[in-house]
Amino acid sequence: MTDTEFTGEEAVATATLPLDAWHRAKGGRMVEFAGYWMPIQYEGIMAEHLWVRESAGLFDVSHMGQLLLSGEGVAEALEALVPGDISALKPGRMRYSLLLNDEGGILDDLMITNEGDQLGIVVNGAVKWEDIGHLRENLPDHITLNHNEDYGLLALQGPKAVDALARLIPDVADLVFMQAIPATWNGHTVGVSRSGYTGEDGFEISLPNEALTAFADALCAMEEVKPIGLGARDSLRLEAGLPLYGHDLNDEIDPVEGDLAFAISKRRREEQGFPGAARILGHLEDGPPRRRVGLLIDGKLPVREGASLFDGEDQIGVVTSGGFAPSVGAPIAMGYVPRDHAVPGTAIAAEVRGKRVHCTVAAMPFVPHRYVRKKGA
Amino acid sequence: MPRYYTEEHEWIDVDGDVATVGITDFAQGQLGDIVFVEVPDTGAELTAGGDAAVVESVKAASDVYAPVDGTVTEGNGQLEEDPALVNSDPEGEGWFFRMTLSDKSQLDGLMNAEAYKAFCDDL
Repeated sequence: MTDTEFTGEEAVATATLPLDAWHRAKGGRMVEFAGYWMPIQYEGIMAEHLWVRESAGLFDVSHMGQLLLSGEGVAEALEALVPGDISALKPGRMRYSLLLNDEGGILDDLMITNEGDQLGIVVNGAVKWEDIGHLRENLPDHITLNHNEDYGLLALQGPKAVDALARLIPDVADLVFMQAIPATWNGHTVGVSRSGYTGEDGFEISLPNEALTAFADALCAMEEVKPIGLGARDSLRLEAGLPLYGHDLNDEIDPVEGDLAFAISKRRREEQGFPGAARILGHLEDGPPRRRVGLLIDGKLPVREGASLFDGEDQIGVVTSGGFAPSVGAPIAMGYVPRDHAVPGTAIAAEVRGKRVHCTVAAMPFVPHRYVRKKGA
Repeated sequence: MPRYYTEEHEWIDVDGDVATVGITDFAQGQLGDIVFVEVPDTGAELTAGGDAAVVESVKAASDVYAPVDGTVTEGNGQLEEDPALVNSDPEGEGWFFRMTLSDKSQLDGLMNAEAYKAFCDDL
């Protein structure tokens, strides 16, 4: 079940992450993902998923790329490649954005943090090498791009994450959603942000590889915290309505089609200087031909990626993510449908193993986000 | 009542000319939380090694194969309401379907409990 697939093109050995031995010692079942051995689950996806929603779960996301951009006018330079207002990003603040190709297609989705003297960027593990190549090729020569492979990345997610993490780094309790600070733990310089990809309150912590094991042990020694695998990470983000790059987003889908128009900042819409602006602004104005939507599935049969969507006999779209949603207690999915079907309440059908399954276009998220946006709120 | 096992991690209990089929405890442990089971219709003709049922975990759908040739006499209707029975009692209440045996000699190619345990230990 965990065999590496050899495509015949290039047999690249699966790499190990700094916490590899830690995951195995915790009972993690390791699978190949984005070129690394990663834990798909420990005690079971369902239990891990529900644990994150009620307590706190620790995820190792060290496969993701941590990039640093610096140089005169770095924010303006990056704006040539993304549709977000990076110049307006204040120190200690972060923003979700999209790396776009010239046609407005999404090359990756990423988080950009203003770290004061530099921009910190976190990109998806599966496409990080392509991202680095694209940035290096398209940014001016005086902008310095560093890929920080000396640091790992952990995410602590769930309603009790703040209590647990504040025992190690007290300042984190004062952060709000999408705010970041540098901090010190056991003499190590770490970066902490109140962010994540589960829909829950939580944090992402960037810290030196040599500190990862001790930090993970310190968190998992607390009764609120358990390690959580990739399986629950996927079901949590699906319930939160968050797209997964390479599945729900790709280089032929633009931000409006991907239901990510919020990532196109107001100033950028007016000034238009981002890749694919003509197509994207046209889709904003007239509506996109297709759009990413949520789907509530009738019955218990999971509808998964690749399933065709139908309105009567007409095939109208395709499912890009789907599965059983533990907190919803039913199967859910995401997929693309024509604009006139992208209205909550629209009844359509999915095809699974030759059978039609009724489903309903639904507003996302499926489970309400619980981000902490204001102190004390 | 002898119980046989396949390399695809199905078990088969034989009682005269009728057999009961399910997936093993090892298999349910590998699959994780089961959320849906599709059992074959009564009367379906099965061929050894061919698709017989589908089991869906949170993560993925997996095929369950027919261990021998025969005709389905009954699917386990309880699994529709409670697919997690496959996790909690895979080799008992979590059985998938019952079938007739067209060719009893096919059982000779299957493993007994001891051989199956050794097979799993080698995986």
